[in-house]
Order: sequence, then structure tokens, then C-alpha cells
Amino acid sequence: MNNSPKSLFFKGVVDALPLIVGGVPFGIIFGTLALNAGLDMWQTIGLSSIVFAGSAQFVAVGMIAAGTSLGFIVGATIIVNLRHLIYAASLLPHVKHLPQRWRLPLGFLLIDEVYAATYPNYLTNQGSTKNHWHYLGVGTAFYCSWNVATLIGIFFGANIDGIANWGLDFAMSATFIGMVMPHLINKPMIAGVLTSAILAVLTYTLPHKIGLVISAIAGMAVGYLLEQVIAQKESS
Amino acid sequence: MNINIWLLIGLMALVTFTIRYALFARANAVTLPAKLERALKYSAPCVLTAIWVPAVMMPQGELAITLNNPYLVGAAVAIAIALWKKNVLLTIVTSMLCFFLYKWLVL
Repeated sequence: MNNSPKSLFFKGVVDALPLIVGGVPFGIIFGTLALNAGLDMWQTIGLSSIVFAGSAQFVAVGMIAAGTSLGFIVGATIIVNLRHLIYAASLLPHVKHLPQRWRLPLGFLLIDEVYAATYPNYLTNQGSTKNHWHYLGVGTAFYCSWNVATLIGIFFGANIDGIANWGLDFAMSATFIGMVMPHLINKPMIAGVLTSAILAVLTYTLPHKIGLVISAIAGMAVGYLLEQVIAQKESS
Repeated sequence: MNINIWLLIGLMALVTFTIRYALFARANAVTLPAKLERALKYSAPCVLTAIWVPAVMMPQGELAITLNNPYLVGAAVAIAIALWKKNVLLTIVTSMLCFFLYKWLVL
């Protein structure tokens, strides 16, 4: 395959497209909800362009509407975004040869969709040292689409009644299902994901999205431990 | 509104960026234990599942395992197509189409 920076960048843009299809409705609903919560246009644009964290933006807007204090909203943002630390850890071996002027933007762009779209490229294209161009292509494409979607949401939110009840938020679930299912190819992964699924429902009512963190960590632990057990059985 | 929104946006941006960039910043000095690296491959599927499962099973905040819940029906379609075709775009487009048709025509 062609490993020039330009072709990798555009391969990244193309690989981002499926996730953009799911992200755009989600961004539109965010724009409308933010206005309903009482933010003005520039604050809504600010959240999408400066923070750039879909799930955390939703949580924050919900908390703003509920009158939650600033400290709690920032705390919830940390918890909801902690998973990005996990993505950073898994990408670490692939970015450590890059200068800081690369690591800064790549870090800023590290969201679920970008990780999901660019990580497979590192595995399938191991011979190349230019895979960060693919990462940048995915991230740039998703960043632009997320902000355009937010603008569309701001416009529609002000002009179309009831758009918040259309169910555009289903797009996020559809996207995540499409990203998760291909991983379910062995017992440890299936057990881990099922653990997270069940615990997420049971812990949903816990405050500040802490249930999300508990469920995720428990699922990872189950998957990892089962993998160890199976490996030990095979070797003995 | 009783809180300073721009201060909030600034702080949210700060903590979000710090989480994403902290490990990258010191990438040369940080080596992850092999065990942790093995556990990390379960992270994305588990985190994403912990987000989408409650979103489709309890869209109003309470468990709704019923055919009156279009999110559940749409998710069932998405799971089936994703497992069958292993294609993200096809999964998203088809399940969203089913979700909206079901929501508007059936319910």
C-alpha cells in the first residue's frame, strides 16, 4: 500500500466516514440540547471546539440544566473522560517516536471514534512509521464534522420545535454497537463486554456517572483474568 | 444561570486535554507493565458497552425491556447486522433507518 503522508491522511479521512455518519446526528442533538439548557451560541460552539468530548458535553449540559455546581460538572467530566487515558496508553508505543508538536494535536483529538478508526491501522500497517498521518486524518475529519453538526444543531434547535425528541441520540448507540461487535471473537472479550453491559444497567442510577467507570473497569478485569485462566489451562 | 459558563468550558477543556495528553507528553519515559497492556485491549469494547447498553435499555432512565422502546428494537437490529456483516457503516445506516421507521410508523 501507498504509505506517503498524504495518502495515509486521506485513508484516515475515509476510515473516519462511517463513524462520522453516526457522529453527525449526535452533534446535532447536542447543539439543540445545549441551547435548551440555556447556553448561548458561542458557549455551545466553545464546548464542541475547545473541549471536543461528546459524552462529557452531554453530561455537562444536563448538569448545567439541573443547576449543578461547577466543581461537580468538572468532576463528572474527569470521570466520563478517564477512558481516554486508556486509549492513550494503548497508543503509547506508536506515538513515542514523534516530536511534541505531533503529540499535542494527536492527544487533543483522542476520542472514542478516532481511537476506534485509527488503532486498527496501526495493527494492519505495522511496517509504516508514518501512521500518525492516518491518525491525524481521522481526527481532523471527525473534529470538523462534530463542529459542523453542532452548528446545524444550533440552527435547528432555534428553529424546529421538538427536534430534541426525534431520537437522534440513537446514532451514538448504533455507532458504538458497530464498533464493539467485531471484537466479540473470543470468550474473554465476550465475558468482559457482558460484565460491563450488566453492571452498567445495575449501576446506572449512581451519581456522577461513576457507574460507567465501575462497569468499564470490572469488564476489563473479567476479560483479562479469564484470558489468564485460559492461557494457564492450555499450557498445563 | 448561576455558574460562569466560560470558566466551566475552560476547566473542562483543561481536564479533558490533560487526560488525553498526559501519557503522550512523557511517552519516552513511560513504559507500561505487560499485564496492563494486555488488559487494555478490553478497554474500548467495555467502556463503549457501558455507555450504549444503558442508553438503549433505559432511554428514559428506567429499564424498558419492551417493544414500545424503539431504542431497544434499533439496537437489536444493529447487533444483528454488526455480527453478521462486520461493517460499521452498514450497521449505523440500517439500524438508524429501522429505528426511525419503527418510531414513526409502528409506535
